Amino acid sequence: MQGRFPSEVGTRSAFETPERLVSRPDYSSSSRTPLHYLQGIVTPADLHFERHHAGVPNIDPERWELLIHGFVERPMTFRLADLKRFPAESRLRFLECSGNGGTAYQNRGRRGDMSPQDMDGLTSTSEWTGVPLKLLFREVGARPEATWFLAEGMDAAVMTRSIPMEKAWDDAIIAYAQNGEPLRPEQGYPARLFLPGWEGNSSVKWIRRLELSDRPFMTREETSKYTDPLPGGKARMFSFGMDAKSLLTFPTWPARLDGPGWWEIRGIAWTGRGRITRVEISTDGGRSWEDAELQEPVLPKCHVRFRKLWNWDGRRATLMSRATDETGYVQPTREELHAARGSYTRYHFNQIRPWRVEPDGQVFFAG
Amino acid sequence: MPGLLNEAELAALAEARDRGLRSIEGLPPFGFGAPADADRIAQWDIDIGPDGEGLPAGRGSVERGEALYRNQCVQCHGSRGEGADYEALAGRTPGDRFEFADHRSHPITVGSYWPYATTLYDYIHRAMPQAAPGTLPPDDVYALTAFVLHLNGILEPGDQLDRESLPRIVMPARDRFVRDDRRGGPEVR
Ligand code: HEC
Repeated sequence: MQGRFPSEVGTRSAFETPERLVSRPDYSSSSRTPLHYLQGIVTPADLHFERHHAGVPNIDPERWELLIHGFVERPMTFRLADLKRFPAESRLRFLECSGNGGTAYQNRGRRGDMSPQDMDGLTSTSEWTGVPLKLLFREVGARPEATWFLAEGMDAAVMTRSIPMEKAWDDAIIAYAQNGEPLRPEQGYPARLFLPGWEGNSSVKWIRRLELSDRPFMTREETSKYTDPLPGGKARMFSFGMDAKSLLTFPTWPARLDGPGWWEIRGIAWTGRGRITRVEISTDGGRSWEDAELQEPVLPKCHVRFRKLWNWDGRRATLMSRATDETGYVQPTREELHAARGSYTRYHFNQIRPWRVEPDGQVFFAG
Repeated sequence: MPGLLNEAELAALAEARDRGLRSIEGLPPFGFGAPADADRIAQWDIDIGPDGEGLPAGRGSVERGEALYRNQCVQCHGSRGEGADYEALAGRTPGDRFEFADHRSHPITVGSYWPYATTLYDYIHRAMPQAAPGTLPPDDVYALTAFVLHLNGILEPGDQLDRESLPRIVMPARDRFVRDDRRGGPEVR
């Protein structure tokens, strides 16, 4: 039988129906990437997680512009066409919401029927293309006294975060493309700030304004939210960097292994502080560890795919992964993180995630 | 205030700036983009600093704020700010303890957690009421800010707020915030 003709826009096979998991149909809400469904490191744009605080705006790129002002010699506006004329930069980088993994952090063995998507679906990797922010800041004549800049979005909540200038002089970009095509509306169309390795909220979407200053602005999103209570009556603020983390994508709930024998343990690892240098796997609940294979490319501030062959003997087993990054940081256990941050800290949950394989092959979250 | 750079941090920033500029020094000045017009800046520059920078003229009382709140905020935040369809805005912890890392039951609210009252003005003006953000005139925002602070036991009945008095308010949690000390390396922080 003959197949279909070529088409203008491709679609998935009718047999494949991956979905983001929408937490609640509301303006301030999120949807999660089906991590267990994906191979490799790139997240298809339509499965990239979402987190926004006031819905997804509909922005006409012809009427969009970016304003840069404050501690600058020349306050300027840039249209999208202006941005695209600058030398561009494309990088594969992860983006993770700093609230990702909160349920796992507080689970304490209560629920086993949670998938990587349920617990950790607020992380994705894309190839982001845009203009280096330092180029724009040079154009406007950023003054040396500028120590922070305000990044402001065009969504209904006009989302704002204060960003240290150091990041602008390093690797921040104004991104306008994702995996080769213009950003999806959910990811900030037509342009967003993108801060590699930093908590998702700081990469303000639908960007409209950057204001340079000599102090932070203390917006609601960096005081009331996105701050981390610590033991001892303090809370950490401006906690941008994402610490090293790994998780298994297989075997994980709701998967069921249909018999003993060879299985490939698979997962992803990433760190906001450079490159992942090592991922270890334990199949005995953390008593012994062996190196997993890191699949090339191993890029900085990017998901890395790891794999390890495992010959399952059919008995109950507890599987874990543990990442190390180039700073020598080793992904902590939940107990270690609870000791450092308290049981109810609110963001940055990079503890080891354990999975229990039952003799009947059913896999449960065991954290 | 956390976020003001000390000398070492300023030196590190100067170095980062040099490094950044050096990495693009081979590129010409492009001259793309246009000078920003003053109206555009005035229209968009709505942020309020922790020192009160950006606060407009105007004033509002706790009482006026209460009336506005009844009409525009109750449904989502509750009649005393206890939370309804959406999050709570009011509540203190016993003795203003700040033990949120250890106690899930302690409410995280404007009164128990927010370090700056100016943030309240900024946020209500920018983002609330949810269906019509950005529409409240300064007098209303001052009044609503005053009432929310009253719900948190920070202002008394009869109190008023304006651009002078608002930045002077010292929130219970003002000194609770510290800069991030995580730097990678073997220690878990
Ligand atoms: C239709 C529902 C709705 C109405 C009406 C509403 N709000 Fe809100 N409010 C929200 C939601 C939802 C959030 C949280 C948004 C987010 O997730 O970022 C919020 C957040 C807030 C916050 C920040 C709370 C915190 O702890 O971070 C303040 C302050 C606030 N609202 C004040 C007001 C005031 C004042 C009014 C009346 C003028 C108002 N709101 C009307 C839904 C509403």
